[in-house]
Amino acid sequence: MIGARFRRGHQGIFALFTHLDSTVEACKALRAAGHKGFRAYAPLPEHELLEEGLALTHSPVRVFTLAGGLTGAATGFAFTSWTSMDWPLVTGGKPILSIPAYVIIAFECAILFGALSTVIGLFINAGLPNLRPLVAYHPECSNGSFGVYVTAPPARIDEVRTILAGFDPEELREDPDGFDV
Amino acid sequence: MTTAELTQRGALPNPDVGKYEDVNRDVLKVLSRPGKGWWILFTMAAAGVGLFLTSWFYQIYKGIGVSGLNAPVGWGVYITTFVFWVGIAHSGTLISAILFLFRAPWRQAIYRASEAMTVFAVMTAGLFPLIHVGRVWHAYWLVPYPNSRFLWPNFRSPLVWDVFAITTYFTVSAVFFYLGTIPDLAAARDHARGLRKKFYQIISLGWRGTDREWHHFSKAYIYLAALATPLVLSVHSVVSWDFAMAIVPGWHTTIFAPYFVAGAIFSGVALVITLAVPMRKFFGLEDYLTVKHFEAMAKLCMLTSAIVLYAYMTEYFLAWYSGEPPERGSFWNRVFGHYWWANWIMLTCNGLVPLMLWVRRVRRSIAALFVISIFINIGMWFERYVIIVTSLSHEYEPWAWGLYRPSVVEMGILIGSFAWFGFWFLLFTRLLPPVAIAEMKEVIPPPRRGRVKEDAA
Repeated sequence: MIGARFRRGHQGIFALFTHLDSTVEACKALRAAGHKGFRAYAPLPEHELLEEGLALTHSPVRVFTLAGGLTGAATGFAFTSWTSMDWPLVTGGKPILSIPAYVIIAFECAILFGALSTVIGLFINAGLPNLRPLVAYHPECSNGSFGVYVTAPPARIDEVRTILAGFDPEELREDPDGFDV
Repeated sequence: MTTAELTQRGALPNPDVGKYEDVNRDVLKVLSRPGKGWWILFTMAAAGVGLFLTSWFYQIYKGIGVSGLNAPVGWGVYITTFVFWVGIAHSGTLISAILFLFRAPWRQAIYRASEAMTVFAVMTAGLFPLIHVGRVWHAYWLVPYPNSRFLWPNFRSPLVWDVFAITTYFTVSAVFFYLGTIPDLAAARDHARGLRKKFYQIISLGWRGTDREWHHFSKAYIYLAALATPLVLSVHSVVSWDFAMAIVPGWHTTIFAPYFVAGAIFSGVALVITLAVPMRKFFGLEDYLTVKHFEAMAKLCMLTSAIVLYAYMTEYFLAWYSGEPPERGSFWNRVFGHYWWANWIMLTCNGLVPLMLWVRRVRRSIAALFVISIFINIGMWFERYVIIVTSLSHEYEPWAWGLYRPSVVEMGILIGSFAWFGFWFLLFTRLLPPVAIAEMKEVIPPPRRGRVKEDAA
């Protein structure tokens, strides 16, 4: 849906790193130099990289979880109550509105809606599914290496190259077309 | 904690696995080598699925009369097997969600396989209500929708709760399972060639492992685990209320929910052991599924076996203590009546055999655990058989007592259900990484150049 999008007038550089600490340092250096259009790649959710290197804020996925869960619970209660009131029929001598029994339905709906809206929240926030071709990517990033991809205008690309080269990248690859990632 | 201590606790894999690349190499090679043994098992599973479908189609063609179901025992092998498979499903979510929230150090290596087991077990269980209703073309009546006069189903009925519980459980466990595999599917994509690469390209949803993806993914995973945890406890409770809400002697008891949940985890962990032992051997995953992992699962079995045994004893005691003749009669009938053998298989396999797990040497012997886990699987199937069949065969009025004998068709479907489950599980071991690659990397110390530490010092 979102994925990497071509950015007119920009160039890209992909640096592949073997070490976690060099990746974190490279991200910090890029941020210090005022670059914003960059992404780090990792084969695992490495907290040091996510928290120190990129200083990401709270993920809004939790709002989706909460909203989905509350919607589900409300739907479950509303559905069972409305259908019982719609044709009031006493069975087993129980009240028409048998709340304890409806708690079970409401609970299951809360979990179901909460889980599905968590997935929707993840997809929206993480830009998945990304059905465009895999550009600005290196297959080693799912294996054992870390990566940093920077998009910058041609005027600043030399500066970016110097910063990245200072952290001993395994590989430094330049894209004539920059992508927003 | 030092590396040695972590390895000792089972958090770290074998010291031979020291780099991220090692995990990719060892796990992804499973996907590229079918092997003769796999094909033999797969052929057997496919034949079993054939038996399953033949038996079911025969029943659909001739009618539910070809099963042994009749008054008074209207629930037999089908419902027994349904509860059995729902129970099996529980350990997967326990290991993947509950142990994730508790940060259990040993779950990483085993959770993918057990989660897959959960999904396939619910898929198997979900067929049984359809088989049991007989006229399967009316199975959509299970969906809560109003009839032609706009009367809705009775939401006070535990059977309706069950529909909600099982569909929710299947959806959530399938989503949780799939979501967890996405980063590993991307790893498989980057490794594979040809048609397989195309397949992984599509199902990995274009995952690249960027900071943004990982950031939201980690959070979504925690929330899903937090939702799956109460769900797993609720599902088997709801299944137990299918029985406990009825006034049948032997069913109508308040301990059913915790008793069923403990039994579900007991049987599920046992099946994880049964499946993990051959998987480890055939696919050369000895460095990942170590004796530590098996010992940890054996301890879970020990605990849940004790809870289940305690529940059996409580049931007998309360039947006697209640002073109710039908209740006492029902339990006397269980132990000494027509189905005494089923009850004693249950007590032996679930209560006595697992006592061996209290010995440390047994817990650390993979061969012994494999044998014990099969006993537990048999015992837990018989537990449900005992609860369902003996209780229905011996209710209140002596003239309404009756016996039940499973027919050949029912046995065909029972055996076929194991093949159906095995069929999917075997496909899983060939198509999806059977050990969670990204999560295994989390327990391996990340590669560092070391300059940061020197600077700090």
